[in-house]
Amino acid sequence: MLAYLGEEIGAATHERVVRLLRLLQREPIKWLRNIQPAYCSLLITFDAAAVDHAEVQKTISKLEKRAKKSPAAQPRLVEVPVCYGGEFGPDLEDVAEQHGLTAEKVVELHIAQTYHAYFLGFAPGFAYLGDVVEEIAMPRLETPRKEVAAGSVGIAGRQTAVYPFATPGGWRLIGRTPLEIFRKDREPMGLIAIGDQVRFRPITREEFLAARRA
Amino acid sequence: MSLLVVESPGLQTTVQDFGREGYGVLGISASGAADAVALRLGNLLLENKPGTPALEMTLTGGTFVFPDGAVICLAGANFGAQVDGQSLEMWRPHAILPGKHLVLGATRDFARCYLCVAGGVGVVDFLGSASTHLVSGLGGWEGRALRKGDVLQIGRLGKNIRRRKLRTGVLEEVKPKQTLRVTRGPQFDWFTAEARSALAGGEFVVSEESNRMGLRLDGPRLTADGTAEMISEGAPLGAIQVTPSGQAIILFVEQQTTGGYPKIANVIAADLHCVGQLRPRDAIQFEEVSLAGARALWIEREKLLSSEERLFL
Repeated sequence: MLAYLGEEIGAATHERVVRLLRLLQREPIKWLRNIQPAYCSLLITFDAAAVDHAEVQKTISKLEKRAKKSPAAQPRLVEVPVCYGGEFGPDLEDVAEQHGLTAEKVVELHIAQTYHAYFLGFAPGFAYLGDVVEEIAMPRLETPRKEVAAGSVGIAGRQTAVYPFATPGGWRLIGRTPLEIFRKDREPMGLIAIGDQVRFRPITREEFLAARRA
Repeated sequence: MSLLVVESPGLQTTVQDFGREGYGVLGISASGAADAVALRLGNLLLENKPGTPALEMTLTGGTFVFPDGAVICLAGANFGAQVDGQSLEMWRPHAILPGKHLVLGATRDFARCYLCVAGGVGVVDFLGSASTHLVSGLGGWEGRALRKGDVLQIGRLGKNIRRRKLRTGVLEEVKPKQTLRVTRGPQFDWFTAEARSALAGGEFVVSEESNRMGLRLDGPRLTADGTAEMISEGAPLGAIQVTPSGQAIILFVEQQTTGGYPKIANVIAADLHCVGQLRPRDAIQFEEVSLAGARALWIEREKLLSSEERLFL
């Protein structure tokens, strides 16, 4: 069942999503199987042998009211070092050209924002970060790449993200981080969690290679 | 512990159990057996727990050797299993003597065959499940499909092999069908009347570009009306999402957890195992049921399987 908490992408709606998520995570609800948060909604998967849609709806509405009163969580700040352009950011020049900017200006605009981690999806650890300023927003590639290197930083529309794994992908790649975004032997496994604040910091190719060796 | 040696892996063979549901917040989909009903019944016949890890083979099976012997059961699609040129009956426990080759071939009916082993296939759990998630290389055996030369641990043999058999009619009840029942998706109303009737009456064909992430369907183009802008949201297992070009995709066990395409319908829980048995080029149809109807069918299915399980206690 999908619970919608707003109709547009933005901090206010997302705050409601996160509050309800935290409450659901704390409540011992027997029939709850999975929660998938997104920009404006939570997808609730439940044990259909135990409850029906109406009952789930009723429980969620009640919790929504309670969630409004719960205190907001203090966001974590995560810094992601990125080596922009060149082989690591094959689409940086295209993004610059599309908007009549220099590559340096694109990087400057990308690092100037503090991004909000709206949710994780697509692949384990893949955080949808927003909002990218309109000046460097880019549509997805018409034909996605068959493989995008792990650590690649991309832009799609007004979102930006770091690919945790080598996967197919259609986002415009502007750089790459040496950090491992998702590691199953680490706690927490994902570097970025829902609700985090994320900033990008430019590093040189030498710094990138040194970090990879470390 | 006893061993299972992979002499040849087959087309795509992975370790699967019931999957790891509940990690959507991390962006992780559940994975798990594509045909959870076959896995459950195969384990039942061996008196394993319902979600004991087994090997899931796809379209073409492999060749396996058990140096210490094993008791196995084949469930799901018939891959023509043989030992020493003798056919092994599906859905029955069989003792495999030490060193004998269990040989499986190409499918004769559906997409996936489960090699269940008494005591289960032993791998290190990831987030509480043995299931392989191929896309992210997590879980199962080294996060990947099996290769020639892999040696896996299996449970130790019990003393008695009981010649268990399912009740008459159970397999008929759960036999994979080509008509999938669906409920309306959250964006059903976004689609044109033509698209909605094409979904209900049209024939779709499973494309070659289908896998555990999703099944792409060729067939009538489904067009969304109007200009409503879709905001990415959580997408459940079995959701039928439609791309801008009008192609329908059924999201499956290794699905992406969220999606930005409108969802016209959702395959009901009681028919998800049928999706796992679809082969490329299979023709399918959809039939709409209500939410209450879908729930009743699910409860009925659970009753059937759990009453079968009680008989084995």
